[in-house]
Amino acid sequence: MSLAPTASAIAAAVRSGEVRASEVLEACLEAVEQVEGQLGCFVTLTPELARAQAEAVDAQVAAGAPLGPLAGVPVAVKDNLCTAGVPTTCSSRILASWRPPYDATAVARLVAAGAVVVGKTNLDEFAMGSSTETSAFGPTRNPYDPSRVPGGSSGGSAAVVAAGAVPLALGTDTGGSIRQPAALCGVVGLKPTYGAVSRYGLIAFASSLDQVGPLAQTVGDAAALLDAIAGHDPMDSTSLPEGVLPCHRALDRGVAGLRIGLVRELVEAEGIEPGVRRRVEDAAEALAAAGAAVEPISVPELALGLPAYYLIAPAEASSNLARYDGVRYGLRVDGADVEEMQARTRAAGFGPEVKRRILLGTYALSAGYYDAYYAQAQRVRTLIVRAFERAYEQADLLLGATTPTTAFPLGAKVEDPLAMYLSDVFTIPTNLAGHPALSVPFGTDEAGLPVGVQLLAPALAEPSLVAAGAVLERAAPALPPPPVAASWRLGVPR
Amino acid sequence: MPGGRTKDAGQEPDRITREATAHVARLARIALSPEELDRYAEQLAAVLEHAAQVAAAPTAGVPPTAHPFALVNVLRDDEPRPSLDPAVVLAEAPAAEDGRFKVPPILGEAP
Amino acid sequence: MTPAGWEAVIGLEVHCELRTRTKLFCGCRNEFGAPPNTHVCPVCLGLPGSLPVLNRQAVELAMRIGLALGCRIEPSVFHRKNYFYPDMPKDYQISQYDEPICVEGALTLPDGSRVGIVRAHLEEDTGKTSHIGESGRIHGAGYALVDYNRAGVPLVEIVSAPDIRSAQQARAYVAELRGVLVATGASDGRMEEGSLRVDANVSVRRAGSDVLGTRCEVKNLNSLRSLVRALEHEVARQVGLLEAGQPVVQETRHFDEDRGVTVALRSKEEAFDYRYFPEPDLVALAPEPAWREAVAASQPPLPAARRQALAELFGVARLEGSRAEQAETVLELGLDALVRAAAEAGVDPALALARTANEAAAQAEAARQVDPGAYVALLRMEQEGRLSATQAKTVLAELLQHGGDPADIAERLGLVGLDRGALASVVAEVVAAHPEEWSRFCAGEEKLAGFFTGQVMRRTRGQADGKLVAAELATRRAAEAGAP
Repeated sequence: MSLAPTASAIAAAVRSGEVRASEVLEACLEAVEQVEGQLGCFVTLTPELARAQAEAVDAQVAAGAPLGPLAGVPVAVKDNLCTAGVPTTCSSRILASWRPPYDATAVARLVAAGAVVVGKTNLDEFAMGSSTETSAFGPTRNPYDPSRVPGGSSGGSAAVVAAGAVPLALGTDTGGSIRQPAALCGVVGLKPTYGAVSRYGLIAFASSLDQVGPLAQTVGDAAALLDAIAGHDPMDSTSLPEGVLPCHRALDRGVAGLRIGLVRELVEAEGIEPGVRRRVEDAAEALAAAGAAVEPISVPELALGLPAYYLIAPAEASSNLARYDGVRYGLRVDGADVEEMQARTRAAGFGPEVKRRILLGTYALSAGYYDAYYAQAQRVRTLIVRAFERAYEQADLLLGATTPTTAFPLGAKVEDPLAMYLSDVFTIPTNLAGHPALSVPFGTDEAGLPVGVQLLAPALAEPSLVAAGAVLERAAPALPPPPVAASWRLGVPR
Repeated sequence: MPGGRTKDAGQEPDRITREATAHVARLARIALSPEELDRYAEQLAAVLEHAAQVAAAPTAGVPPTAHPFALVNVLRDDEPRPSLDPAVVLAEAPAAEDGRFKVPPILGEAP
Repeated sequence: MTPAGWEAVIGLEVHCELRTRTKLFCGCRNEFGAPPNTHVCPVCLGLPGSLPVLNRQAVELAMRIGLALGCRIEPSVFHRKNYFYPDMPKDYQISQYDEPICVEGALTLPDGSRVGIVRAHLEEDTGKTSHIGESGRIHGAGYALVDYNRAGVPLVEIVSAPDIRSAQQARAYVAELRGVLVATGASDGRMEEGSLRVDANVSVRRAGSDVLGTRCEVKNLNSLRSLVRALEHEVARQVGLLEAGQPVVQETRHFDEDRGVTVALRSKEEAFDYRYFPEPDLVALAPEPAWREAVAASQPPLPAARRQALAELFGVARLEGSRAEQAETVLELGLDALVRAAAEAGVDPALALARTANEAAAQAEAARQVDPGAYVALLRMEQEGRLSATQAKTVLAELLQHGGDPADIAERLGLVGLDRGALASVVAEVVAAHPEEWSRFCAGEEKLAGFFTGQVMRRTRGQADGKLVAAELATRRAAEAGAP
């Protein structure tokens, strides 16, 4: 499936001089315009910035200067990644007018690789959510059915790629926020190893879990994007000293001889839709047919991931979001004294889901509850890490569903936080362990909604994920184009 | 460890009350209406009930994991780097005066 | 003074700003006195998306402090201390909590008493708040202004055991600690600029009791004088309460400099729930043994050892009285090496100590730069009578200001000291010119000594040493009286 030209096709065309980066950009902006009104993928479009970046690439081409691997490729950036001088809102009223004075490392590396940033995509407020409905600027809709959610929190990035308007996007994944919307929108989403991509400039939700990663139409494009942004960054103390091996080289490696564990807890879990389960089993067969040794495996500790996550992530978030206090930047609602000003600012600036998580996290850290909640969740985190270690003694990769269900209707879970949280039940354990994981589209359910299958790997084994992901991509049933899709006119001079 | 951290691991905590929710809202510095307090107390209780599954997990002798990877001694040299232009910094301030951030009166001292 | 029959129990928390070039977690300059908000960046302003990276030099200075205080250097973890306050950009402070870098040491004071050190840990400083309003104090202020230049400056907090028993001992502890911090290069020791800030935990009990009373924390002790005044007031206040049968309430109090009293701060129970948890943006700190050993090996001599070395110049175990005071002056200013160098070159240690503690100390900055060889040579010239005391001070002033060889300076300034023989002949000339006055002087009219000295000074254009002139006059009179 390829609506828009792929990133690699665009980069090749720009590099050969077949098309100018500026022409690609104008075609992309037009494609965005075709779908944006129906989907609401963007918080901010940055055509002027993009034109300047595209012209810089064209100047490099004209001068015969060396080009970056993504030269001329339009990208969309999730709006929790800082862009210098461009509003960066986290889809929150509290940051609605904030313009960072600096670029996130991932954004800077993308631009250095020649990518052209067309805009900032919508997300659940501060990335807290699984449907992009908690955005202060309204929901993003699923291109396969605009009455349904695109997933979240990177819903804007997933939807804009799925609609074929922009070939590549940056997302962030704390508990599944790249993979879950990728699955629900029928695109590829990769959460890298914790520390593989710098978090500098990523507005923190839960610092020990957050990672930046690609959403793309193809596994190859996702690999190319990861290669462009990965690598040690001295600005991030948790950045790994050793980098991820280049992933794009693993694309054609295949899976012959790989041991792949089909994880019972990620296939047979309560609440999983039969249509999803069937596709995962098909995927397992496809991998076996390609030469992998696929065996069932059970990792019961994964069931502890969700409750541990809903203590650890809110605890870290409650502290990370304390700085939005009306003093230095962002929203202020006045008060008679500083305390009242801050309490009112935070009451007006944060939406209900963010408040819920701040309250929950504050409670989990507070005197009398720290050991029972936060510290205990950290011990459970150790159990999960150990469980993965045991699993990876038996298997090189693990396979399961990305999400229990396909895209659900807007509003279906808004009033029931726990039900919403359960849509991340399959993605969360990987974040707790810090491992990489990839969601690849693998056909649809009976209703024609995309299904994603998830591959998990040990730390820094992204190349294996890419190799197996490429096999699944080739074996996957063709995904029909979504009803809301852009048509590109690449290379047509205006 | 500070006083007050009384609940032992493995012991299931009590259900969160409306008063505890109000206390936590004060700690988190979020003004809540009485209706919001009711609603959040209810929702937090439901989430915490689910989260309390961790209490039953077999964690005796298991150390906590705060970081996915145990890096140590990530240090930077003591070399100055450029600071921001104060004009850029203060342009984002909700209120500023005399090169500084302006806030309503502070009634208490730092705890 | 502690009221009779009572004993104070005091523990001190000293916050020391480290003398690094940059802040604890970012590359902004650590520099006092810059225009507001000019040393700020995304990290120390707590801008969304920014991340801390630990300053190696700050860790090294913390280790230096710990080793100087006899602490163990331990693997440590940074935590977040969560509370809202406008001077704290992230609304949490990155600090060390239950795993600090330095644990369990002690500091021995000049009087031989020993104060235990519980811990010393690294943390970041806050910004600076100015309360603007008619009263100028926190209460009743119209609004506040915040400058974040200081936010993120590295601090080491040194927590003493409650081993201190009086305000004077507290003063001695802080003074000695300051000497250690300056000697190690960790601090500039400037309390007036806030480089060292002291909080005290104070309780009182009946003398002889070993029960601990209810304690109060007293904040804002920003000079040695404030420390003593505040502690004396607080001890007296607590004793007064207990003697009146009233309880001491555990609370935080603020020292009001103007009124000389401690006052209770508005306290709120939730303010004390800091919700510490491990800082997820930083990794563990575990200085490897080789680093620790290198720091230990390069540790400069500390005040106690240097104090001992000064005493040894005089052949005593401990200096007393004015010499002890002079010794403290040169130790505090870091000029004791000059005294030792002079004494080792044969200069009378009393002369070396006095010149250094008085004249050199008055220009301490220049004295720390002076060529020790030149300084010693000057003191030798004075000791040998080649320069009078007055001349020596003049040459010293010139030496400190411009450097050079003291003999050359003396010659250039025309300050050629008279030797004993030349002086004797000038005195003989003056006596011969004023026979009547001389007779009266010999008859016991002592005030004429001043007249003769003045005459000698006139003839020598002030180059004679007054003490030597007096000695020569006395010798001559004795000789005449004894003559047949």
